Amino acid sequence: MSAPPLPPAAPTQPAAGAPLPPPLFHARCVACWIVLSILALVVASFASLDLQWSRFFSLEAAQRMGRFVGELLVPATDLAFLGRLAAASLETLAMSALGTVLATAFGLLLAIPASRTHEGARAAARAPTRLLLNALRSIPELVWAALLLISAGLGPLAGTLALAMHTSGVLGRLYAEAIENAAPGPAFALRVQGVAEGRVFLYATLPQILPQLISYSLYRWENNIRAAAVLGVVGAGGLGQMLTFHMGLFQMSETSSILIAMLLLVALVDLLSYTLRRAMAR
Amino acid sequence: MSAVTGAPPELRDPAWTRRLFWLLAGAVLLAPMLVATEFKPWILLAPDNLAVTLRFVGDFLPPRLDGEFLALVAREAWRTVAIATAGMTLALLLAIPLTLLSTAALSVSALCGRMHAVPFVVRQAVRWLLIVLRSVPELVWALVFVRVVGLGPTAGVLAIALTYSGMLGKVYGEILESGDTHATTSLLRNGCGRLQAFAYGLLPQNASELTSYTVYRWECALRSSAVLGFVGAGGLGQQMDTSMKMFNGSEVSTMLLVFIGLVWLADMVSGALRRAIG
Repeated sequence: MSAPPLPPAAPTQPAAGAPLPPPLFHARCVACWIVLSILALVVASFASLDLQWSRFFSLEAAQRMGRFVGELLVPATDLAFLGRLAAASLETLAMSALGTVLATAFGLLLAIPASRTHEGARAAARAPTRLLLNALRSIPELVWAALLLISAGLGPLAGTLALAMHTSGVLGRLYAEAIENAAPGPAFALRVQGVAEGRVFLYATLPQILPQLISYSLYRWENNIRAAAVLGVVGAGGLGQMLTFHMGLFQMSETSSILIAMLLLVALVDLLSYTLRRAMAR
Repeated sequence: MSAVTGAPPELRDPAWTRRLFWLLAGAVLLAPMLVATEFKPWILLAPDNLAVTLRFVGDFLPPRLDGEFLALVAREAWRTVAIATAGMTLALLLAIPLTLLSTAALSVSALCGRMHAVPFVVRQAVRWLLIVLRSVPELVWALVFVRVVGLGPTAGVLAIALTYSGMLGKVYGEILESGDTHATTSLLRNGCGRLQAFAYGLLPQNASELTSYTVYRWECALRSSAVLGFVGAGGLGQQMDTSMKMFNGSEVSTMLLVFIGLVWLADMVSGALRRAIG
């Protein structure tokens, strides 16, 4: 990356009298290079994308936007629609909760081989399991959903499994860190007595880290309700599927009701998770 | 221990009633969820589903690696990065003024007791605007803008700009208000303007935290710009969507690998930058 022409660096020797301000750019200043490369990245991004500002700022787009907003302000409230909306909201809530529960189970199953429980443990499965966890984690929920649609078909099952896949990766890693960071004392005491590894985990490590595990899982549930609300956009059930359907037909007042339902659902889950965490901390 | 006290050892687990209760409660809660999500995982193993899945996954190896396709993927990957970067830039342009408007740390009237009613209302209004901006998911913004400006990267850039300006504005405000504001209030008390107090008091104090959060958000924007392609906002996601609809496993596996690599690279860059800022 070449630096754009800049004014030459000011002489570094301060003149007699008032000291000069430091030069704006010189070749050994790392921060200057970082700022320059960020600027270059931004300029290159705007230059290479064929952004249609003329279309966005056109009268037609403004009219369309205005119509959208006008209709969004009047949410649809007829009873048949609200019934379907409630069903879709429940489906979304169930998807997020079940996805999180499944991810908790799989995450814990994967976290045990992914952690080195004590000094001198061989932990041969640690690196490959962590690789698997990273792979699960780095593919977003929506991509998982699109992939799983192929084998699970349209509907909430694909969405639930997609949430479970991505979240298992995230939780597995967090759980493994928690297991490795647990105080080694109790586990050591049992191990010295000749207790098998499985029981050491169940009776010494797990009780210590359980509050942490639950709080991680609740936090992921908050994330998952947000993801579950939009997963339907690719056809994986819930509110998102309704949203794309009505938006495809440009029915903005129905869209508005769906958006309100999404926001309420997210707020509800946040509140639930917050209360549960408060109750546990006490 | 029991030998010392003489009492018989407690062989019954004192916690078992509680555990049994929670197991049953969990089952009762879980059952309707299984119904609501049509949770029938055995359909994954139904013969015709399994055949399709196996053919698709079997196609993953080898990934498609011919030059023409790789050039296409590289172009789309760059577009993903460009959408994220352009979106973040616009989000910053929106978030910075909104933060300056909403932060209570730059309130002159709050210097002596409570903030006046008018500035209080203005600040609350800006905060509500930020909440609205960030609580609509970026995917929904993208769906709206795809309908206004048509398919292509413009919708993705606008979606990221709006959602992320809400997030940035909120967190910037929190960062600015959570630190020690003594220097800023001293400047304000001595007659500095709000912008002067910001530039010489508030900003230097919080610069590293603000930058670090911005870099982290850029990384998140990169992830979501790849996802936005699935609703037609350009980039890697759009290409992936096309290949998935054609059940082309080898193309999908190449793009997944490129995507994972891209996220990993962004992770490295952002981690290094944040460590450098310290």
